[in-house]
Amino acid sequence: MLHTVNKSPFGNGTLESCLRFVNPGDVILLLEDGVFAARAGTAKSALVAEALKKNEIMALSADVKARGLAENLIAGVKVTDYDGFVELVEKHTTHAWL
Amino acid sequence: MSEDIKKIMFTVRKAPHGSIYVYEGLEVKLIMAAYDADISVVFMDDGVFALKQGQDTKELGIKGFAATYGVMVDYEISKMFVDRQSMLDRGMTEEDLLVIGEDEETEEPVKPKVVDAAEIAAMMKEQHNILCF
Repeated sequence: MLHTVNKSPFGNGTLESCLRFVNPGDVILLLEDGVFAARAGTAKSALVAEALKKNEIMALSADVKARGLAENLIAGVKVTDYDGFVELVEKHTTHAWL
Repeated sequence: MSEDIKKIMFTVRKAPHGSIYVYEGLEVKLIMAAYDADISVVFMDDGVFALKQGQDTKELGIKGFAATYGVMVDYEISKMFVDRQSMLDRGMTEEDLLVIGEDEETEEPVKPKVVDAAEIAAMMKEQHNILCF
């Protein structure tokens, strides 16, 4: 399964909710304000690092770059572009945590 | 039910009345109920408030939807689940949940089923499509 999260983890519980319901092996794609969760050294980075043990976590390139986050991402978070996003959606059943 | 029937899950994560999400989600459910699909509905996060008994929207000047949720079984949508932790976090117990219809045989009132996150995660894995409202 693919889970997309588009809300900042600093003002919204969506990422936490998503992490409570993922199956091991599911992929989580951070996009829009969701990409703030991919930043290293924040109050949420331990949560993300823990999730990376069981799940692949990706962040959408355009949203990462737009917010100036590219230089300081949590190790293990992969960056993907729109083509990669489409591939993920083709491959998986998707739940958008709106 | 044949093998090629699609399994479609609706997740309801938004509180009712503050936005149009829950209302529109309900409309989509009722439309989908007309098709041959295996529909389930899961209430989590603030979505559990959509199932609170005793909602009265008269003073808001809107029709509300609690009455429609009250007859979901008649629309053949009886697979309704609520996340236990979301209820607990919001001070809700099973008694707070509204009735979604009555059992065809026993005529006993039917309520949504309270389940754990792990059960919901397992159900998600089985779906062809999941729509979030």
